[in-house]
Amino acid sequence: MKDLIKELTETYGPSGNEELIRNIIENKMKGLVDEMKTDTLGNLICIKKGKGAKVMLAAHMDEIGVVVNHIDKKGFLRFAAVGGVFPTYLLAHRVIFKNGIIGTFGKEEKGSTKGELKLEKMFIDIGAKDEKEASKYVHIGDVATYYRELDVLGSRLTAKAFDDRIGCAVLIETARKLKSSPNAVYFVFTVQEEVGLRGAKTSAYGIEPDIGIACDVTDTGDTPEAETMAVELGKGPCVKVKDRTIITPLKVKELMVSTAESKKIPYQLEILEWGGTDGGAIHLSRSGVPAGVISIPTRYVHTPSEVLDIADVENAVRLFVEILKKNLKKEGF
Amino acid sequence: MVSVPYGCCAMDNRGFSRHYFFLLDNESLFRRITEIMFIEKLSNAFGVSGNEDEVRTLIEDEIKDSVDSIETDSIGNLITYKSGKKKQPKVMLAAHMDEVGFMITNIEKDGWLKFNTVGGIDQRVLPSKVVMVGDKKIRGVIGIPPPHLTKKSERDKVIKIEDLRIDIGAKNKEDAEKYVKTGDYATFATNFSRMENGLIKGKAFDDRIGCAILTELLKDTYPFALYGVFTVQEEVGLRGATVAAYRVEPEVAFVLEGTAAGDFPIKKDLSKAAHVGKGPVVTHMDRSVICDKELVSLLINIAEKNGIPYQFKRPMIGGTDAGKIRTAKTGTKAAVLSVPSRYIHSPVSIASLSDMENTKRLISLTLRSLK
Repeated sequence: MKDLIKELTETYGPSGNEELIRNIIENKMKGLVDEMKTDTLGNLICIKKGKGAKVMLAAHMDEIGVVVNHIDKKGFLRFAAVGGVFPTYLLAHRVIFKNGIIGTFGKEEKGSTKGELKLEKMFIDIGAKDEKEASKYVHIGDVATYYRELDVLGSRLTAKAFDDRIGCAVLIETARKLKSSPNAVYFVFTVQEEVGLRGAKTSAYGIEPDIGIACDVTDTGDTPEAETMAVELGKGPCVKVKDRTIITPLKVKELMVSTAESKKIPYQLEILEWGGTDGGAIHLSRSGVPAGVISIPTRYVHTPSEVLDIADVENAVRLFVEILKKNLKKEGF
Repeated sequence: MVSVPYGCCAMDNRGFSRHYFFLLDNESLFRRITEIMFIEKLSNAFGVSGNEDEVRTLIEDEIKDSVDSIETDSIGNLITYKSGKKKQPKVMLAAHMDEVGFMITNIEKDGWLKFNTVGGIDQRVLPSKVVMVGDKKIRGVIGIPPPHLTKKSERDKVIKIEDLRIDIGAKNKEDAEKYVKTGDYATFATNFSRMENGLIKGKAFDDRIGCAILTELLKDTYPFALYGVFTVQEEVGLRGATVAAYRVEPEVAFVLEGTAAGDFPIKKDLSKAAHVGKGPVVTHMDRSVICDKELVSLLINIAEKNGIPYQFKRPMIGGTDAGKIRTAKTGTKAAVLSVPSRYIHSPVSIASLSDMENTKRLISLTLRSLK
């Protein structure tokens, strides 16, 4: 599974530019489902047909990035955030554009350590000598993402874009492991989550699921002096209780918890004080959908070096497979 | 032959020159002048978010003979439809009728009107402006004390909106209540006028300019069907577009906007957002939407093929109706094309007639090349 995760995280795909990552996922899903389609916004919808409850599983393909808003006379690129990008995450890191152009970050008053670092006082240096040269490679509106390889840290992994390529990996692996299901399973790889859960909104509207489960990363509280959060790496995937976009319906939470307990899959309960996931958009679709989220505990989310534990990922796959084996119509969905 | 108001013949500039006029036949000349007169009417009209009736009536009167159906929905959107035989994706064009402005929140006992903003207005632009208030459009002044009566330290500060009042010349609360009620709207009392070089100035170019262009587009004939939607309450959260898109269910949508131009002097070598006179502004992404890439490419290709100047909007600032249209139901292919306007969301903006003309042309040609 590590190879899959490596390939997915290293692929370029900021919000609105999910074509490359979608192609890769499409190839992986080929043969595992009965039907595949890409909708208007670019969501990849893979359907494993069945007569039972319609289950929508969602993981977002997009990652955060930076968008060029100005090329100055000296060839430096000014930029804005696409999704939750913070200045301290960027400085000294490298980014890559869709065409392979690489850049690094600089800041105004470069020697000074005083004052708050702000995006509008930073710029991208792609090595261009002037505006003319920079304009050959990069245009206003082009989006770059972190340029970073995956590394193995013992039983843990570090990479960019675990948010949410790890969710994509979990869904792909679930599709591989799921021999049959009494339910109709919709594996949905969504777009534009990082800019406001947009892909999940339109795909859920189209699918009209009986139950929705998103798979995404969540924060942890297990690092030195971290804000209190009862989630640790390696203690199992999380059953989300609430975040800023959803209060998981008890019925969905209980389904996840009882499945984990009966199959002896380790799990943690997650209360995330900030942030949200596609689950938020799905549960408010049309007249409402019972929806929840299974999260992978991840440190340093939205940085180029997020860290997670591979066992949590494997256990998330087990949990998804066991849930999908159940006849969810009989469970009341 | 038509009479020529506004000294049109003396204009020169940017695609709207004397020479250009000379080339127009009487019918085109008449139409161009009608267009300018219509943007004047729209700009001067009173239509703050939630109170768009005057603008809607103006538009309705102007286009009722050019469309096959016209209706106002429950929230106040004006939804028009032109039928056509040729098969094409279902297209919706949208422009918002509302402008930013004010609402009267309290009438004080000595007759002053306390007010708050509706939509985004920088409080630095408020002092010493003339406003019109309520259905009777009575004039008021957002007054501040003169230098004679203030200290330097006071003059160096921005006066907060809660410390400002509208003065309608009322003797007391009872007198004021003859003209104004709590909950009445107010907006800047700015008269539209022409400037040199084919420029125009007035209030509410965001988005009466879009309304003017959409009105003109609906007067043309097309071989395919078209929805023209004039939305309400964009400035308070894209509300009209939310329900209009749900109802129309377009496959393709273009939003016509008046967008912020930043071509005034700034020291740093940073994005100027857009320049007045340099053509229609194409949006890649803003805070509300990531536009459909195929539509963006199509706009650019059509512009280049036809020699229409264009520029890009500075990414990730502002938001438009396209945000709601793009994510309506199962999603819509949506793009935004804007006329750059300096100083929007203030008592007076400046825009270029040539940008308007080029925006209209670019949308018109793009519509005809949709597959």
